[in-house]
Amino acid sequence: MSILADENLHVPCSDECLLRPGNTNCGGCGMSIGLTLLGRALERAGERCMLVIPACCGIVTAGGYPTTAYGVPVAASTFASAPAFASGLASVRDLNGDDGQVICWAGDGGTYDIGIATLSAAAERNENLIYICYDNEIYGNTGGQRSSATPHGARTTTTPSGKAEGKKDIMSIMAAHGIPYAATLSVAHPDDFARKLETALGLEGTRFLLIHSPCPAGWKSDPADSIELVRIAVASGLFPLYEVWDGTRYRINERPSWIDPGGYFERQGRFPAWQVDLAEVIAGCKARYARLEVLAREFPHRETVSLQDGPGP
Amino acid sequence: MSIQLVTGNQAAGYALSLAGEANREARGAVCGIYPITPQTEIVERVASFPFTKGRVVPVESEHSAMGVSIGAALGGARAFTASSSNGLAYMTENVMVAGFYRLPIVMVAVNRTLGPPWNIWVDQGDTLMLRDLPWIQLYCETNQEVLDTTLVAFRLAEDRRILLPVMVAMDAFVMSHTTSEASLPAQEQVDRYLPRLELPHRLRHEEPKTIGGLTWPQESAQQRFEIDRAMARVPEVFEECRRSFAEVFERDPGDAIDAYEVEDAEAVLIASGSIATTAREVVRRRRARGERLGLIKAKLYRPFPEAALRNACRSARKLAVLDRNYGAGVGGIFWQDIRGAFQGRRDDLLIQGYLTGLCGGDVTPEIVEEIVSDITVRREPAAPIWLGVETSGEAH
Ligand SMILES: Cc1ncc(C[n+]2csc(CCOP(=O)(O)OP(=O)(O)O)c2C)c(N)n1
Ligand code: SF4
Repeated sequence: MSILADENLHVPCSDECLLRPGNTNCGGCGMSIGLTLLGRALERAGERCMLVIPACCGIVTAGGYPTTAYGVPVAASTFASAPAFASGLASVRDLNGDDGQVICWAGDGGTYDIGIATLSAAAERNENLIYICYDNEIYGNTGGQRSSATPHGARTTTTPSGKAEGKKDIMSIMAAHGIPYAATLSVAHPDDFARKLETALGLEGTRFLLIHSPCPAGWKSDPADSIELVRIAVASGLFPLYEVWDGTRYRINERPSWIDPGGYFERQGRFPAWQVDLAEVIAGCKARYARLEVLAREFPHRETVSLQDGPGP
Repeated sequence: MSIQLVTGNQAAGYALSLAGEANREARGAVCGIYPITPQTEIVERVASFPFTKGRVVPVESEHSAMGVSIGAALGGARAFTASSSNGLAYMTENVMVAGFYRLPIVMVAVNRTLGPPWNIWVDQGDTLMLRDLPWIQLYCETNQEVLDTTLVAFRLAEDRRILLPVMVAMDAFVMSHTTSEASLPAQEQVDRYLPRLELPHRLRHEEPKTIGGLTWPQESAQQRFEIDRAMARVPEVFEECRRSFAEVFERDPGDAIDAYEVEDAEAVLIASGSIATTAREVVRRRRARGERLGLIKAKLYRPFPEAALRNACRSARKLAVLDRNYGAGVGGIFWQDIRGAFQGRRDDLLIQGYLTGLCGGDVTPEIVEEIVSDITVRREPAAPIWLGVETSGEAH
């Protein structure tokens, strides 16, 4: 059943939800949707959580002390340090047999750039935590500078004529650590999103989730277009949805329909027309996807069937 | 309790481990560790300790060693680590967070020269670089003092009136790698001395608060003010911790400032770390010859115990401050604080700074004698005097 259509699911609001109304996120921010979906998944799983949030829009959105928009305990960490803070917090939880997830909620700057050593080390130790990167492909909080997640051609304040380099493949990097679970998520695919959170919540060890997170402020796009943009990204193969278990077993969740990615670029002011060679973009998507397909075919992940669940209808 | 030969590092590793173990009935102990000469042996000791309820997390950097300790402290565990020199420099961003979050983390710091150029020998420039952060700093003179002070540090840090992290400093090699006799306490004694840690503001699911989010100028300034109040309570609480230590362990872990023969002294030397041992011996010899000389060992450096210092220097007319550290463009860092402590209160007092033993140079009795000879005849204060460097060929 779709998480959106589930009438029995209490839709959290006000003081019970993860991100309360009154937060400072921009309209159309993918992070707001991501946090809402995370809150619902936790509620569905009957789990509590503590968040560790490094410097990024995700901590600013809490608002000014002494109020907070977060409905769960949050520790702000230094920019590079969320996985380290979370390792300590999760260690104490496990030493004491407490319940609840320790979840890092970080931007791409904190993940791909300044925090990568800390994240890599936590993953290598297989710390018992969930790391969620909302990847808006830019430093949003500081006003829109490049990160190593910024795609080729995108204009940022530090790449004024478009970024010359491409986007770092963080999924391959994380999968290479052999962590129990790594997955890509899109806020345009809430059911897939919810299922992946459910999977992550059911596992132990380091679980890495990468959300393609629209950012109207950084993408120079209409807030109303946010969902549509990331939907195009999935359908055109720009942002494939897939999962990796133990760094070795792959599953593709949504096969691209290979629609023209043109709309994705045209509707974002960050892509100056002359910087984007669509043919090249499509070729790149196809090549990356072909590699993924080989991995998913040759090293597939097969769900272990739970005896209790029995066969579906 | 047993008397054993231990290095300063072993003493520190032992004390940290026993303190962590002493919290086993509460939320346990967590230590983020990363090696750097000359403190590595400390974290190795901690890593091999069989904690009942503890976890040692071998991380990828000092920044994360402190990060893990912060996360653990936020979860209510007794958290600690150790570092030195560039490790402390690299860790600095999280060092300040531990203070701002009012977490009673204890860190043993082995004073080593900052680099490059690489130099592994003793110099206090590393911990003193962190002096303006919300950490209590204690400098030790002997291995026994390192052990005892580390235990005192937990009790002090965790006191509800304080709730600040504590740094326990010792000299590279002169202490960290030099064996001397020390009385090692039993776990049972440490259990008696250190109460279970109940951090009032630890994260709890029932209390969904955000620690460390955006904070306005007024509230941020208020937080600094509260840190200042807590700092002001340190001398008194430290004294209590010292007394209760003596009750359990039957020895004195050391005063905030240790005054030797200052009662009628005209000139007082002020030193910290192992230099104090050498200076005390020189004072003893000179006293035997009838010279009115005294020594103050500065142990508590942050907060700086100004009142106790002024009191101990009542009879002095001259102070000779020996600094094994250098604040660029100014001079010795202790010297700066000491001048501040007397400013406007003792205009008759001549306070002369001496830079000695920098970057690992030996501070021999002969060097201290040279300083004593200088201060004895000195009538006017001069710019800090450098010892052990070639000063004649400079000025181009
Ligand atoms: C050590 C350090 N360097 C720089 C900063 C300034 N800073 C704060 S947030 C940020 C960018 C965050 O970007 P990202 O992680 O992508 O999250 P977003 O702002 O997009 O949500 C920077 C550079 C900082 N807080 N700490
Ligand atoms: S700048 Fe971007 S990521 Fe930050 S709140 Fe606005 S839309 Fe969200």
